[in-house]
Amino acid sequence: MRSLEELKAIKEKAEKTISVRENTGAPTITVAMGTCGISNGAREVLNAVIEELNTRGLANIHVTQTGCPGLCHKEPIVTITVPGKNPYMYGKVTPENVKKIIVQHIVNNQPVTEWLVNLEE
Amino acid sequence: MEFYRSHVLVCAGTGCTSSDSQLVRRELLKQLAEKGLDKEIKVVETGCFGFCNLGPIMVVYPEGTFYCQVKPQDVNEIVEEHFIKGRPVQRLLYHEPDKETRTLEFDNIEFFRHQKRVALANCGHINPEVIEEYIARDGYFALARVLHEMTPQEVIDVIKKSGLRGRGGGGFPTGVKWEFASKSQGDQKYVVCNADEGDPGAFMDRSVLEGDPHAVLEAMAIAGYAIGANQGYIYVRAEYPIAVERLQTAIKQARELGLLGKNIFSKGFDFDIDIRLGAGAFVCGEETALLTSIEGRRGEPRPRPPFPAVAGLWGKPTIINNVETFANVPPIIRNGWEWFASMGTEKSKGTKVFALAGKINNTGLIEVPMGTTLRTIIYDIGGGIPKGKKFKAAQTGGPSGGCIPAELLDIEIDYDNLTAIGSMMGSGGLIVMDEDNCMVDIARFFLEFTQDESCGKCPPCRIGTKRMLEILTRITEGKGTPEDLTNLETLAKTIKNASLCGLGQTAPNPVLSTLRYFRHEYEAHIYDKKCPAGVCQALLTYKILAEKCRGCGLCARNCPTNAISGKVKEPYVIDVEKCIKCGACLEKCKFAAVIKE
Ligand SMILES: Cc1cc2nc3c(=O)[nH]c(=O)nc-3n(C[C@H](O)[C@H](O)[C@H](O)COP(=O)(O)O)c2cc1C
Ligand code: SF4
Ligand code: SF4
Ligand code: SF4
Ligand code: FES
Ligand code: FES
Repeated sequence: MRSLEELKAIKEKAEKTISVRENTGAPTITVAMGTCGISNGAREVLNAVIEELNTRGLANIHVTQTGCPGLCHKEPIVTITVPGKNPYMYGKVTPENVKKIIVQHIVNNQPVTEWLVNLEE
Repeated sequence: MEFYRSHVLVCAGTGCTSSDSQLVRRELLKQLAEKGLDKEIKVVETGCFGFCNLGPIMVVYPEGTFYCQVKPQDVNEIVEEHFIKGRPVQRLLYHEPDKETRTLEFDNIEFFRHQKRVALANCGHINPEVIEEYIARDGYFALARVLHEMTPQEVIDVIKKSGLRGRGGGGFPTGVKWEFASKSQGDQKYVVCNADEGDPGAFMDRSVLEGDPHAVLEAMAIAGYAIGANQGYIYVRAEYPIAVERLQTAIKQARELGLLGKNIFSKGFDFDIDIRLGAGAFVCGEETALLTSIEGRRGEPRPRPPFPAVAGLWGKPTIINNVETFANVPPIIRNGWEWFASMGTEKSKGTKVFALAGKINNTGLIEVPMGTTLRTIIYDIGGGIPKGKKFKAAQTGGPSGGCIPAELLDIEIDYDNLTAIGSMMGSGGLIVMDEDNCMVDIARFFLEFTQDESCGKCPPCRIGTKRMLEILTRITEGKGTPEDLTNLETLAKTIKNASLCGLGQTAPNPVLSTLRYFRHEYEAHIYDKKCPAGVCQALLTYKILAEKCRGCGLCARNCPTNAISGKVKEPYVIDVEKCIKCGACLEKCKFAAVIKE
């Protein structure tokens, strides 16, 4: 170890790999993986989420799945929860949509309103 | 960077390894690969969570779902339900002993909720075989700070002000010890880590070494800088193969990154560490015996002074500290002495790790602030006494310690309070006893251990403990006399005063403290020839209560010596001459008609 900078660089890199384990109040992306979710392509959506986070180097985001939220006709459903704010639910998500949702909602904090599930509908 | 949506932590500590966590891990890896989930879910091996009796332990992040007793055949359900559908497998979750409900997250489990983890902060959280994970949790930043910003004396002052005291038994102020060694003149000095862990009930040092080995290495390097040493030794018992292996891996990785070796952080400071294996004699945990053993000679204590800080390993100034003591050092440097000193009691700062064992629902390893009451530890963290039995005593300090009776349940546990009531902090073994434990038998058990482990160098310990053991054995056999109690006390005093090392000096403690708080049990053995707890075989008689016996004959069929006779549907009787007190009848009778008294 030559310098403190070297140690900091290792830390920064390693921190990202273990951030999943730290309860840091990170935003959570939840993919509904009930039976109908899976048959409507929730797996592909989940993979796309992970891929997108990977390419953007976004480590401090939690990804989880949940069961059936009872809105089968809107599947695949992805919910984004930023701590302290109301959760946003996206319906009929495709792997292609995932990119835009992550960039706008997670990176720029601007929910993609046109894809949100309107619960009053 | 590889992003995984989920990390599955599988405990690879000694406890869980022996309950086959490795089979679970392999099954998990296999199924994740089969389902194509291995790119999104990462399996991480960790050190001990402290909940070994519920092992194998598995924790799923980011949710923090805590699974216990996971078998290889459960893996399929976890993968299908939890990892694919997001539904935690209810039946594998933990449930509190007295409640029906199961607890999902690990932070909400009572056992963990009351704990404060400093020395164990990384255990069960990082992979101990990956140095980067330690660095991610600020590892080696304390060493960096020390080398960049502090003089050796400043390091010593911080440790002194933090109030850290030795966790290996004696409770000596760590900073003061370091200062002695730093002031000692010598071309060569040494830092030694005592990982002998001889107390039969304790396993915190093993858990730290297995779960967070780099913390010990970092602390030893800091100590080396503080006292002017550039070589360290870790003396670890050979019975700890996993700990030894993790240490070897850790040392190798630290050397590769230049965190051990020459010119660390380009600051002109060299430090390296080697491992020495001990054969596991209790006396080798005593510091002078340990040093003698590292030198390659028979591990026998030698008189102090000179203290190791003046003349230790090969006659050179040496500091010797316990594993848990060292594990507290990096967080103190990182967070400041004020932070550490804000925890605990006036004279005992920080936290202490205890190994909870005996008659308690949650056995395991816990870390609590100094000053936590025994009641909190036993009832809140430990979940109380199983089967609704009554608490009788807690034994702390292992073979050198003593018993704490129920009247003192609200005592705040720290070094000085324990000493004041005739016990000891020791290394943190905490054995809970209920109404079914005989205190004379307990005292005998510990004395048997120390008598066996006495190295024999000095007569008060060698012969004295032997005589005490004979007396105790006699009492448990119903052959005790009234003089025995005074003889025990006289012998105990002499052994304490005249023994060369701590082993002999503390060996009588279990006897003295049980005599102090449970004298009536000794007296019952001696005068009434009864063992109130029903433990001492020689003093028991088995009897059938005629009014309860239904005459089913089950006991008679199970008696190995045909000591029971009777007619069907009439009360049976035991022939005390033939009875060998095996207890089979008592266990078998469905009507609680057999008693022992
Ligand atoms: C018989 C006997 C056994 C001991 N066993 C241990 C042990 O297993 N581990 C330990 O750290 N200290 C043990 N000690 C205490 C050591 O002598 C020494 O005080 C301690 O390692 C110092 O480190 P500390 O100040 O960090 O506690 C033992 C002492 C005696 C008398
Ligand atoms: S007190 Fe016991 S263990 Fe210690 S030196 Fe004497 S005989 Fe050996
Ligand atoms: S088993 Fe119990 S009830 Fe049956 S004969 Fe023996 S003592 Fe009596
Ligand atoms: S204790 Fe054992 S030997 Fe004695 S009566 Fe019962 S079964 Fe027979
Ligand atoms: S299974 Fe997906 S909403 Fe019902
Ligand atoms: S070894 Fe797994 S919890 Fe202790």
